[in-house]
Amino acid sequence: MIRLNGINRNFTVGDQIVHALKDVDLAIAAGEYVSVMGPSGSGKSTLLNTISLLDRPSFGNYELNGKNVTDLSDQELARVRRENIGFVFQFFHLIARLTAAENIEMPLILAGVDRNQRTQRVEQAIAAYGLGNRADHRPDQLSGGQRQRVAIARATIMRPGIILADEPTGNLDRHSGIEIVDLLERLNRDGVTLLVVTHDPALGKRAARRITMVDGAIVSDSLAGSTD
Amino acid sequence: MRAADVLLLVAKSIRAQRLRSALILIAMAIGVAAVIVLAALGEGARRYITGEFSALGTNLIFILPGRSETTGGQPPLLGETPRDLTLDDALALLRSPYIANVAPVVIGSAPVSGGQRERESNIMGSTSDLLAVRHLNLAQGRFLPEIPAQRALPVCVIGQTVRNELFGSRPVLGQWLRIGDRRFRVIGVLASEGQSVGVDFDEVVIVPVASAQALFDSPALFRILVETKSRGATMPAIEDINRTIEERHEGENDVTVITQDSVVHTFDVILTKVTLGIAGIAAISLAVSGTLIMNVMLVSVSQRTAEIGLLKAIGAASAQLKILFLAEAALLSLTGAAAGLAGGYAGALAVARLYPAFPITVPGWSPLAALATALATGLLFGVLPAARAAKLDPVEALARR
Ligand SMILES: Nc1ncnc2c1ncn2[C@@H]1O[C@H](COP(=O)(O)OP(=O)(O)OP(=O)(O)O)[C@@H](O)[C@H]1O
Ligand SMILES: [Mg+2]
Repeated sequence: MIRLNGINRNFTVGDQIVHALKDVDLAIAAGEYVSVMGPSGSGKSTLLNTISLLDRPSFGNYELNGKNVTDLSDQELARVRRENIGFVFQFFHLIARLTAAENIEMPLILAGVDRNQRTQRVEQAIAAYGLGNRADHRPDQLSGGQRQRVAIARATIMRPGIILADEPTGNLDRHSGIEIVDLLERLNRDGVTLLVVTHDPALGKRAARRITMVDGAIVSDSLAGSTD
Repeated sequence: MRAADVLLLVAKSIRAQRLRSALILIAMAIGVAAVIVLAALGEGARRYITGEFSALGTNLIFILPGRSETTGGQPPLLGETPRDLTLDDALALLRSPYIANVAPVVIGSAPVSGGQRERESNIMGSTSDLLAVRHLNLAQGRFLPEIPAQRALPVCVIGQTVRNELFGSRPVLGQWLRIGDRRFRVIGVLASEGQSVGVDFDEVVIVPVASAQALFDSPALFRILVETKSRGATMPAIEDINRTIEERHEGENDVTVITQDSVVHTFDVILTKVTLGIAGIAAISLAVSGTLIMNVMLVSVSQRTAEIGLLKAIGAASAQLKILFLAEAALLSLTGAAAGLAGGYAGALAVARLYPAFPITVPGWSPLAALATALATGLLFGVLPAARAAKLDPVEALARR
């Protein structure tokens, strides 16, 4: 469902060119659980941003669900992103002035879903993520774990087929981290394709498929159970 | 994204940024209030002045000797006098069924003495009809008697200033006044008119028209004042006047006819334009608030970079972000404008309380114009910040925290 062919991403910094992604070929099937590891600056986030269509590759070809999405217009990109991809960030990125429920509701508003349906879906999500008594709290009244649960609820409210998580536990204590990973993995068991970028080897090892990047290139790509 | 949701989101964001929102609201409100108050003052001045003119007599027509060749509606200044207007011309007009009163007027200046003093004074010769036609009031005595216009009579009615300067506080009715080399008995004193437009009746000595003609040794009338029976009678009355004069002047219509309405109308047009001009200047202050809006919105965009990046990540198109920020600018300026409307009306009301004689009125177009200008500036100056928000690179925006 995700197919990257010869993806390159170059940044020009001053008179230098940084190759954040070098000839990346990657195919991920629906329902896979993939972890992406590698040293800082190796291009993990750039890879995720490319897959999420937030960033456009300098060269290369990207196919999503059999459709070439390399050269879509801004409008089309927004729609594809909204319908197919949920994003979970290290720093949660909740809107501070909105309550938990309102944050979760945002993608539905952008998609133009009507109010009744929105309320219903947000209520379900709040219950499903154990936020029942926190729905009307603002992000600064929530713990880190709770914030990330709100973020996951927001990422899944449009029922996307793919969840991309960039260091989802990077800002959490161990206990909350495990809780969040559990949530993400549960989503994966329900059929959602899950891509997790992490520095934590223990977390990386939980994925069925593990990708390692160095200097913008994929240097290893192995399945659990195979010898690495 | 639905319109109602856009409004809701924008309202939340406005509420979250109190100081910033308050700044914009105040700037907008001041601009709009200025437009409202200044337009109301201009409109009040227009009403005041046209009202003063109308008070002269609503169904008034002036006939001036000499044909003005101007084609438009502007009242002419003095034309040349090819043929004099005579007393008989004036009396002939009374045959028209549309004309109620006719007051022939002769005007000149002569030394006037009474008591022990002498002064140069304006002498007006007319008939008893002048009282009704010019809506004059008497402080003492009677006005000119109803005698045939051709008859001279040595009586006069004097204005307040003439009375004070010649007689002081002594009784004046029945006293003799010398005008030039003739003597007139004072039979009435005019009530002070204040500054009535046209002739200053405080400075005038009114005598029968035939006496004035003899005094100045000329049969020519300065003008004829005509009062029609009703406002609707003005047009047919003018036709009758033109026909009568043409008959009497050997087929030549050599007079100029001005209606009270046309004079009022001219002032009306001028003062309306002045009011629009003043309001336009006030509207410039709205443009100033527009630049303030732009600045504040730009700051807001840079403060909310992460939020904008996030919105893109969860599926907002650039166009949607543009709409959100434009709507924010529009809602802010409209709310400010609404506050300004309230303030402007309150200001107009306050002026009305302080100066009850001045007919201050908010003209109907001004709130609409102010609202439209506020909205337009809000949108115009919101475009740049909105475009900047829409153009933000989401990856960079999200990386910043
Ligand atoms: N906007 C940018 N401009 C210039 N260089 C960039 C930009 N974004 C990323 N890079 C560079 O691209 C390379 C890959 O960056 P990326 O953020 O993908 O690394 P990463 O693997 O996610 O690192 P980390 O583990 O620290 O998050 C780095 O060398 C980085 O400096
Ligand atoms: Mg990274």
